[in-house]
Amino acid sequence: MIERIKTFVVRHGALLLTLVIFLSVYFVGGRLYPAMQKPQVFFNLFINDSSLLLVSIGMTMVILSGGGGIDLSVGGVIALVSTASAALLRGGASPFIVLPLMIVLGVALGGLMGWMIQSLKVQPFIATLMGLFFTRGMAYIISLTSVTITNDVYRTFALTPIHIPFISRAYIYPTTLVGPIMLIVAIYLSFFTRFGRTIYAMGNNEQSALLMGLPVARTKILVYAFSGLCSALAGIVFSMSLLAGYGQFATGMELDAIASVVIGGTSLSGGVGNVIGTLFGVLIHGTIVSILQFNGTLSSWWTRIGVGVLTLIAIGIQSIFSLKTKRS
Amino acid sequence: MKDPNDVVEMLEITKSFPGVIALEDVDFVLRKGEIHALVGENGAGKSTLIKILTGVEQPDKGTIELDGKLVHVRSPQHSQELGISTVYQEVNLCTNISVAENIMLGREPRRFGSIHWQKMNEMAQHAIDRLNIDVDVTKPLGDYSIAIQQMVAITRALEVLSAKVLILDEPTSSLDIQETNLLFDVMRKLKNEGIGIIFITHFLDQVYQIADRITVLRNGKLVGTYEASTLPRFELVAKMLGRSLIELDAMVKEKSQEEEARDKQLLVEAKELGLTGTLEPVDLQLNANEVLGIAGLLGSGRTEMASLIFGVAAPDNGSLIVDGEKVSKFSPLESLKRGVALCPEDRKAEGVVGNLTIRENIILALQARYGWFKFIPPQRQNEIANKYIELLGIVTPSPEQLVKNLSGGNQQKVILARWLATNPKVLILDEPTRGIDVGAKTEIQKLVMQLAEEGKSCVFISSELEEVIRVSDRVAVLRDRSKVAEYAGDVDEKILIQAMAGEV
Amino acid sequence: MKQTAFLKKIRESQLFWPLVAWALILIFNAIVAPGFFKLGIIEDPVYGKRLYGNLVDIFNNGAPLMLVAIGMTLVIATGGVDLSVGAVIAISAAMGAVLINPALGNQLITNEILTRNATNTPLPLIILANLAAGTLCGVWNGLLVARVKIQPMVATLILMVAGRGIAQLITNGQIMTIYYTPYFWFGNGYILGLPVSIYIVALVLLLAWLLVRKTAIGLFIESVGINAKSTYYSGINEKNVKMLAYTFCGFCGAIAGLILSSYVHSADGNNNGLNYELDAILAVVMGGTLMTGGRFSMLASVIGAVVIWTFTVTVYSLGVPANALLAAKAVLVLLVILLYSDYSRRLTNRLFERRGSQHDRAN
Repeated sequence: MIERIKTFVVRHGALLLTLVIFLSVYFVGGRLYPAMQKPQVFFNLFINDSSLLLVSIGMTMVILSGGGGIDLSVGGVIALVSTASAALLRGGASPFIVLPLMIVLGVALGGLMGWMIQSLKVQPFIATLMGLFFTRGMAYIISLTSVTITNDVYRTFALTPIHIPFISRAYIYPTTLVGPIMLIVAIYLSFFTRFGRTIYAMGNNEQSALLMGLPVARTKILVYAFSGLCSALAGIVFSMSLLAGYGQFATGMELDAIASVVIGGTSLSGGVGNVIGTLFGVLIHGTIVSILQFNGTLSSWWTRIGVGVLTLIAIGIQSIFSLKTKRS
Repeated sequence: MKDPNDVVEMLEITKSFPGVIALEDVDFVLRKGEIHALVGENGAGKSTLIKILTGVEQPDKGTIELDGKLVHVRSPQHSQELGISTVYQEVNLCTNISVAENIMLGREPRRFGSIHWQKMNEMAQHAIDRLNIDVDVTKPLGDYSIAIQQMVAITRALEVLSAKVLILDEPTSSLDIQETNLLFDVMRKLKNEGIGIIFITHFLDQVYQIADRITVLRNGKLVGTYEASTLPRFELVAKMLGRSLIELDAMVKEKSQEEEARDKQLLVEAKELGLTGTLEPVDLQLNANEVLGIAGLLGSGRTEMASLIFGVAAPDNGSLIVDGEKVSKFSPLESLKRGVALCPEDRKAEGVVGNLTIRENIILALQARYGWFKFIPPQRQNEIANKYIELLGIVTPSPEQLVKNLSGGNQQKVILARWLATNPKVLILDEPTRGIDVGAKTEIQKLVMQLAEEGKSCVFISSELEEVIRVSDRVAVLRDRSKVAEYAGDVDEKILIQAMAGEV
Repeated sequence: MKQTAFLKKIRESQLFWPLVAWALILIFNAIVAPGFFKLGIIEDPVYGKRLYGNLVDIFNNGAPLMLVAIGMTLVIATGGVDLSVGAVIAISAAMGAVLINPALGNQLITNEILTRNATNTPLPLIILANLAAGTLCGVWNGLLVARVKIQPMVATLILMVAGRGIAQLITNGQIMTIYYTPYFWFGNGYILGLPVSIYIVALVLLLAWLLVRKTAIGLFIESVGINAKSTYYSGINEKNVKMLAYTFCGFCGAIAGLILSSYVHSADGNNNGLNYELDAILAVVMGGTLMTGGRFSMLASVIGAVVIWTFTVTVYSLGVPANALLAAKAVLVLLVILLYSDYSRRLTNRLFERRGSQHDRAN
């Protein structure tokens, strides 16, 4: 019995640790600010960080696939999607055309970057950097200032609260659901499809995966397309939540995403980690922000320090864990 | 002349690369249900032969027949489809996913489009149980030792690819005795099922433990195929090393009486120096004015011993005394400062800095000893570089050529030059003449002897017994990671071979 | 015969492609907007006669990027990367501002505190603190990468994220305006008609050149980047080499922060040096240093930085709206990618090797 618990802890150590960190931080927050103990605060984490969750999910898959995989374009895609949607809607386009169009846009951009990385052998850093410049650049071209969205469909999605059963005065919005849904999709992909298992295999040893006959090339392109999909969805959620399109949305979100992914236990070298850890990474990020908001006096820059410190701690623990497992 | 018992027949396989003939008219036949060992020292052509069989390379001449039918193996993928599977020393699987996935991925059972885990685990468990090993297929592959990982690789080969021919390339190099026996049990079981197994190894004990027949290659040519039961070990080793086909200048080592009588100054002493799992505790003395030859087959621990003396690895047993001082800090820089130099065996990974010029490569270690700020002036760098280019006969239009563009032999000379430039007291050379042309081999041997004459202590590690004997004042023999014998320099080759074969 | 050898040498120099890129942009300007090159001399009220024009702006505004590119070159040459340079700029700028004018807590900056010629700390000390802060950041990064063995991208990401927070911490969350006029000299001053910042860049480049080419350090850095194992076997302590690279990069970031905050007369923890790391990496890549490490040329990276700024100023002077700059930059990245891809390398080799001279074979 003890043996089984021990193996479980070692196997899922990183994930458990992230969970523990999240609970600890949340607990500390609740102690410092009793107002934080309200259930709605928990749901607010999902409401406020739904875009971050989405891009972090995409980022997780990209990083898992190894080979220095990273996607710096996520913030840019959000900006582009928001401004493009706002412009189109203002021009009278129907949301039922705009929404699928944005998704296609995200997937196409991601696929293009994936192709550059796979076939042209461009470093992921450089290729997605170009993606960032391009998408945010296009967003600026579409509109330098914020464009309000007044479309009814959008407004409904943005403003209709969904009450949580059994918990009084707790609600979320329809857009909040997109993140958790994509999380489930990502979990399914990661653990129940050849696509996901190939990602893990590639991340561990691309050469071996090739020799095992796995579709490495195709998977590499698809994983970036998937990240593009997540970014597009994040952009849609973002523009719905704020009912606006703005070129300066989500600046620096790629960093928060990377930090969330790393804190969640995924290794930058690939093959280790999963999206569930990323969820907690994002929740930790949100909790820190909440604590700061409740404090009111400390500015947002403490979040930056907090996230930086946590990333450091997470990596430190990751390396201790990998050393321990190597020895055993 | 098709024997239905033959599963693979390779005839007159010839393959050359720019500057070297890798294989010349080699025949190789594998029978069904046999374990066939393929042996030969470095450069013998074993890996080229296998690469041709598995489609990594195409032969210039020769044919391959599989089950009596002529085949043209286009690619590794194709060879797998034909039923030929290879398991390499570095297990080509992924350690982060489960054993079951490593076995089944690519042919995994699906249900409604997604992976049917239960079925996959069952099938994998069944497959690995077939080999009589106790493995939980749901655990990550990385949880298991290399030995088990190799079994999993074998299982994948059999399960996913329905292999008829299994090639095991140096499978036991990282295994201990128990794990090796486990592997052998599996191999015997597969043999009984009719699978033909090619077993590439340099551990002769194991060859005799498991193989039915042995094929010996040397310098790209077939020496012969023999029944293991009728070939004495000593003869096998002799055939592997063979008479060198290269004609060298007759060099008679003259040992003057005075030299013999002179008290040799002890420069380096290793007392029970060892590292668990790598080298059994060894006693060694390196004297000035002397060349110590190290003989032993690949895998006998020669390189490991050199690494310990040079400080790349730190020992966990015994001590090393250099110039009367006990070494406490093991690092290449420390050794360099004490005047101990190592010209490593794996020049690509441990020696050559490819994108730097010849000049830069040559002065690198010397500069390391001077440190960051005492920069060797460009003029002096050129002097040093040119000196050794001439001395060692490095073929290059200028010292500014990038080392990666040189031939293997010339690269080796550059690395050698690097260490000579540091003017060491002790110079350890690990296979310094490997891949070098005839003339240069002689030069290097002469050089080594000259250095000893000048007062240095040289350690000369080589698989070529002739040159070891020619050059050395004393010869130590390593076998199975420990030192088994030490002789005077005029020892008979036969005795050395016996010691290497374990028959002393 | 001699001519082709000479041409070959030029072509093979690392400076070639970035210079070609720069030349292309300049040629484009010459054709489309010759006014770009107008240089004039004006009488500056504070600094006397000085040169004036787009080209001057490029070098003056581009100085911080050039400096960061110099430092980034060494880091990338060791096979690493430093994402924190923007944050280091912010931190060093904050240090400077705060030492001039420590507005403690939420103290309002009143007229008594501000005067144009007063500073709370003597200027030399400010500069020292500034440089020390940045260098310390570099040491931190170096420790994480070389000793703790964290991947460079992650290690420097930490400071990149936390660093801005630290900068804010120093300035107490305020955007601090600097009023101390002697401080402005670094970013706005002129010597012999040319901006001070150019001299600073030249000085740093010279010092760096002396450091890496007149000592063994440059050789060791390249060696570590190409083959760390062989370098170790040759007796070189790669840990210390990496430490030096990251420390120097931090140092360069500090100077960049000094010039930047001097130029804009303020320290803004959020915006100082924003996205500089991306531009710096781009400059280094454009300068031909591989991201995997090895041979490097700081001058080439500086030219790369000049290319980026020339591009930027060209875009502006063409009247392209400011909001289109970023998209245009994407095109620039694409060009760099294509320029250094295998295809173009083969193409140029084929174009120039028609005489059948020895073609380098990869071993």
